[in-house]
Amino acid sequence: MATTTNLSLAMSEQDEDKGQEVTTMTADEVLPAPSAPPSPLRGKGLDAALAVEVIEVTKVFETKPNILNRLRGKTEGGKRTVAVDHVTFSVPRGEIFGMLGPNGTGKSTLIRLLSTLLVPDSGEVRIFGYDVEKEEAEVKRLINRVSVEASFFKKLSPMENLMYGARLYSVDAEWARAQVVTILTRLGLEGRSIWSGMEDMSRGMQQKVAIARAFLTSPVLLLLDEPTTGLDPHSKREVQAFVREIRDQHDATVLLTTHDMQEADDLCERIAIIDKGRIVALDTPSALKALVQEPGAPVPTLEDVFLKLTGKKLDDEEKPS
Amino acid sequence: MTMAVQELRASYAFVERNINLIKRYWGWEVVWMLYTIANSLAVVFIARGVNSAVGGQALGKAQIDGLVLFLAIGALVWHYLAVVFETVSDMISWERWEGTIEYTFMAPVRRSTHMVGTALFSLVYGLLHTAVVLVIIVLAFHVDMSHANYASATLVLVVGSLSLVGIGIMGAVLPLLYPERGAQMTHVIQATLVLVSGVYIVPSEMPEPLATFSYLSPATYVIEGIRGALIRGDGVLDLWRTLVGLLATGLILIPVGVWVFSVGERYAKRTGKLKRSG
Repeated sequence: MATTTNLSLAMSEQDEDKGQEVTTMTADEVLPAPSAPPSPLRGKGLDAALAVEVIEVTKVFETKPNILNRLRGKTEGGKRTVAVDHVTFSVPRGEIFGMLGPNGTGKSTLIRLLSTLLVPDSGEVRIFGYDVEKEEAEVKRLINRVSVEASFFKKLSPMENLMYGARLYSVDAEWARAQVVTILTRLGLEGRSIWSGMEDMSRGMQQKVAIARAFLTSPVLLLLDEPTTGLDPHSKREVQAFVREIRDQHDATVLLTTHDMQEADDLCERIAIIDKGRIVALDTPSALKALVQEPGAPVPTLEDVFLKLTGKKLDDEEKPS
Repeated sequence: MTMAVQELRASYAFVERNINLIKRYWGWEVVWMLYTIANSLAVVFIARGVNSAVGGQALGKAQIDGLVLFLAIGALVWHYLAVVFETVSDMISWERWEGTIEYTFMAPVRRSTHMVGTALFSLVYGLLHTAVVLVIIVLAFHVDMSHANYASATLVLVVGSLSLVGIGIMGAVLPLLYPERGAQMTHVIQATLVLVSGVYIVPSEMPEPLATFSYLSPATYVIEGIRGALIRGDGVLDLWRTLVGLLATGLILIPVGVWVFSVGERYAKRTGKLKRSG
């Protein structure tokens, strides 16, 4: 598994902010073997045991130098970014799976690969056994996504935006119209705001509408890309309750990226810690904490785990490689 | 539910969404309508002022009325074709601007369904918009439409739209591949079409090589066909060659456009251009 063999965590640097000595750990120490190795031969569709299989996936983005530099034979201005680097993991059906990592570390690229918006340069991505590149239509029927930016027609009302989404997903219009009112009312939107343009809504409200849109189409795999970033604590809790509900009552699998360690700890059954496009650790929150637990020291937080495994804090920006 | 019905229902998502956007952007629609009316009237006024411009009575009243009709048809038909072309070619830039492009592209609808919905909306919207401008021009200039065959003119317009839908779909690939300047690039296609398609001048009067290009533009035949229907009263039988030619061109250009777009979409997914900010 390239994720393991390529992993070399040189973490003997001094953490300047905290003055902490970060110890070096080998890849085998930090990355436990997955309990069920991914296999494309596990069946397809809703009977498949694995909701997500990501197998040795790599994605690189390249920008070319501008045309004048190219004509002059210069390479300045060109850039090569390894966003995802030989990543392998699987998510069993019904799990809430978290991906933790700083900005620019490849989490959103992974979500976009799972959403059929990107194709991998190498490796395979399967959703319920369907290949995201070759069986795109089947994959699209099973997924929905809530991203960090609310993607709406801002002049349209929540009802108009959600009805657009419902029609795209072939949801019965009459049923959808009633459901929109029910879901949005439950999320705290007042009657009138359901019918008013979304441009004046707070980010929290917009994010609730985004959650409702995903909920409306009953996805069996819900991809949440930092869904609570920028929300107040109350809204965060509401969104988290919805995530649990969609898993428990609608038999959905949830894949979540977040910056919020507490949220990851509370919601996720397993967490992958991502750094520079690679998974550096993957396990349950308690197992990850146990991994870095020092004898006699208090139980570490996920923040401590992250710092220990990557040598950086979660709010650090990843620089392109 | 058959696949065709399902796809048709999904294509209505785009029609309904665009109607809702028009309602919400009603102020912009009023401005756009006034702009179109002013533009069309400005072109038609050229005919009214031609004698004073050359300093004499070069044209008689009948000739001026004929020129008014000639220019008005050019302006109106071009307006309609431009609405169809822009609506289709803007389907990507609009979504990128709103930030919804990723949501729409990950939805379980075929790209052809997306395009059919957008094209259906563009045809209805273009016809309604053009009809309003036509009424205003007829009232403002007392244009003699007594010979006009509206049925065959509408048929030419709708059949001719298919080719513009095909070219528009090809044009829509530009904002997909060039997030920052792609929308402006589609205006170059539009400007080239208006230059070579005999909107305000018959192709035989154009200098070479524009005259040759005009014979390659489907818009040339749409405008000629409609002038025949509205000025001479040509019926469907008189225009059958034009109609068959336009239908064949449309039936070729739409699949070619969809294919070009699908190649562009695959490229965008490989290079990461399919996102809201590009």
